[in-house]
Amino acid sequence: MFRRIRALIVKELLAILNDPKSRAILVVLPLVQLGVFPFAATFEVDSIRIAVWNPDGGVASRDLVARFAGAPVFHPVVAIDGRPAIEAALPAREADLVIVIDQRFSADVAAGRPAAIQLLVDGSNSNTALVTLSYAREIVRDHAAAIGPDPPARLATRALYNPNLESAWFILPGLLGILTTIASLAVTAFSVAREKETGTFQQLLVTPLRPAEILVGKMVPGLVIGLAQGAVIVAVMHGVYGVPLAGSLALLAGALAVFLTSVIGIGLAVSAIARTQQQALFGAFLFTVPMVILSGFATPVENMPGWIRTLTLGNPLRWFMEIARGVVLKDLPPAAVLNLTWPMALIAVVTLTVAALVFRRRAG
Amino acid sequence: MSRAAARRLSALVGKESRQILRDPSSIAIAFVLPAILLFIFGYGVSLDAEGVPVAVVVEQPSPQADSLAAAFAGSPSFDPVYPLHRTPAQRLLRLGEVRAVVVVPASFEADLARGDAAVQVLLDGTDANTARIVSGYADGVLSGWLADLARERGARTAPVIEAESRIWFNPAVRSRNFLIPGLVAIVMTLTGALLTSLLVAREYDRGTIETLMATPAGVGEILAGKVVPTFLLGMASMGLSVAMAVWLFDVPLRGSFLVLAGASALFLTAALGLGLVISAATKDQFVAGQLAILVTFLPAFLLSGFIFNIDAMPPAIQAVSHLVAARYFIAIAQTVFLVGTEWSVILPNAAALAVMGVAFLGLARALLVKRLG
Repeated sequence: MFRRIRALIVKELLAILNDPKSRAILVVLPLVQLGVFPFAATFEVDSIRIAVWNPDGGVASRDLVARFAGAPVFHPVVAIDGRPAIEAALPAREADLVIVIDQRFSADVAAGRPAAIQLLVDGSNSNTALVTLSYAREIVRDHAAAIGPDPPARLATRALYNPNLESAWFILPGLLGILTTIASLAVTAFSVAREKETGTFQQLLVTPLRPAEILVGKMVPGLVIGLAQGAVIVAVMHGVYGVPLAGSLALLAGALAVFLTSVIGIGLAVSAIARTQQQALFGAFLFTVPMVILSGFATPVENMPGWIRTLTLGNPLRWFMEIARGVVLKDLPPAAVLNLTWPMALIAVVTLTVAALVFRRRAG
Repeated sequence: MSRAAARRLSALVGKESRQILRDPSSIAIAFVLPAILLFIFGYGVSLDAEGVPVAVVVEQPSPQADSLAAAFAGSPSFDPVYPLHRTPAQRLLRLGEVRAVVVVPASFEADLARGDAAVQVLLDGTDANTARIVSGYADGVLSGWLADLARERGARTAPVIEAESRIWFNPAVRSRNFLIPGLVAIVMTLTGALLTSLLVAREYDRGTIETLMATPAGVGEILAGKVVPTFLLGMASMGLSVAMAVWLFDVPLRGSFLVLAGASALFLTAALGLGLVISAATKDQFVAGQLAILVTFLPAFLLSGFIFNIDAMPPAIQAVSHLVAARYFIAIAQTVFLVGTEWSVILPNAAALAVMGVAFLGLARALLVKRLG
């Protein structure tokens, strides 16, 4: 029995890896993406373009403008004149932030009265708008502190696990989950569908292999390819990007194997249902996209409404995302990893059972 | 176009349309997938952090320290727990159960009297963006508390500079309002790429490409036959997406619908063109499918300004993002939805889309001609 399964696994792997184009897809593209995405996936806001209308023109207001111009995130700072220029600057995306200084600003500062300014931002990207505003308020606060009394208490803030708050450290462990999902899911989803489309599935069914054995033979290649890709990603993450590997590699590998098994279950079910490769691709997509979106990869799960959060419990990628980030950056203790792994194991049992049931119905 | 050519084209369009209609997955890609995606995205993707879990440790209870700790509970931004010591608090941080630990030190009361108190904030830096947001919230809580303190002591309460801020186009700062217009672009990228990437590859896989080529139809006509039905399907799925955005998610559509539709048509042409290039270049459905996911969906998600800010990316990556058609369409969609029909934004982006559409369709044609020559 083992010899039969092994032969099938070898055949499946050869079918994928013998084709130079599939090989390139599975090896080169993920590497290219590892080179691009960590730089792209950033919420940082840089080169904020400012337009200033300063009808006051006194020393105090010019000092404030100079403080904005001196901050590295604000660039360039342009002077504009009059209401119409303000009304035009934001809609045309010529400026990200418009500062309007009250015409009595310098006089108010000199007299010790509160001096007024107005900050206008473009809210069409709400995240950028909030970050821009918080930078601007920081500058205003610094300036107020420089010309007024010191506050009696301050915050001493320090970030643990990722001291420089680098987005790449957050994104790379996430990509480990996403890229391996895409590869394993596609390899398994296409495996049966391709045989159906080319007509070789009937041949496979008349071999001495039992349906369960065929299923295992179709499972293993996805697992092997996903794990191999995972190893390369971890190596690049640590070796090229310098992300520390705080936790245990063995824990990470074990969790990845459980995670991939649950994904492969989905792939097999899709493959058993699909009659053509287009349907398999559609099915793979139908699962990949919501899995990525509801995983916390780009936006935190805590920000989602309650019922969507409940939905994410059934998403294996959500659990793996937490494990990958926890193990890589925080040295998550084994007990905590186990706590996050068993839901994935449960999902794997469900998806594999469904796959086996569908497969038996379609094969029989 | 001669009458014979017109008849050939209509026959080809008919053949491709029937193939699409016969396969339920094409219809599903055009309508079910966008609906599910918009639904999940519309409800699931939010950058608005509220009730962030934090651990506040008061090392030595005192009236001032307790009052500051209570200020964290009073803020809607935070949902604090109060461990007694620093160690269990840091354990919660490691397990990801809180996003930050705030430590009010034992010497707080005395330091405050001297006017030099420091409150320690330890952030979970794993998620850099959330960490920054949380740090800003904590600043806000402390400033509010200090202002209250000053008022109690009868000091001058007004700040030295009053900065009033206004957020235009999206005053409630709903992240949904800027994500959903971008989502329309993502959905159409998917429809375009998924529907077309397998179209030519399938003919190779099944060996029907020779049959098709043996007919009097030229390469351009064969391509047109594939583009027309998918284009119509794509536009229908765009209509569905816009309808959901406006009626289900209450995203304001301030600009002209016709301009949006025109820009969508240009974008869809580019997306379909890219799918056909992939299909013609790979000739294999598995490879074409993988490639479609990797070079269309992920770049449209990450390199288009949909969520992540292009201006903050390194110059080399910004250069790459110019090759992503979704980038131009998202700029148009966000503007037309939230700002209005602002031609200075729309025209240059529409021009870029038109160039990409022509280039991709031309490339697909050239690839097919070469393969057959």
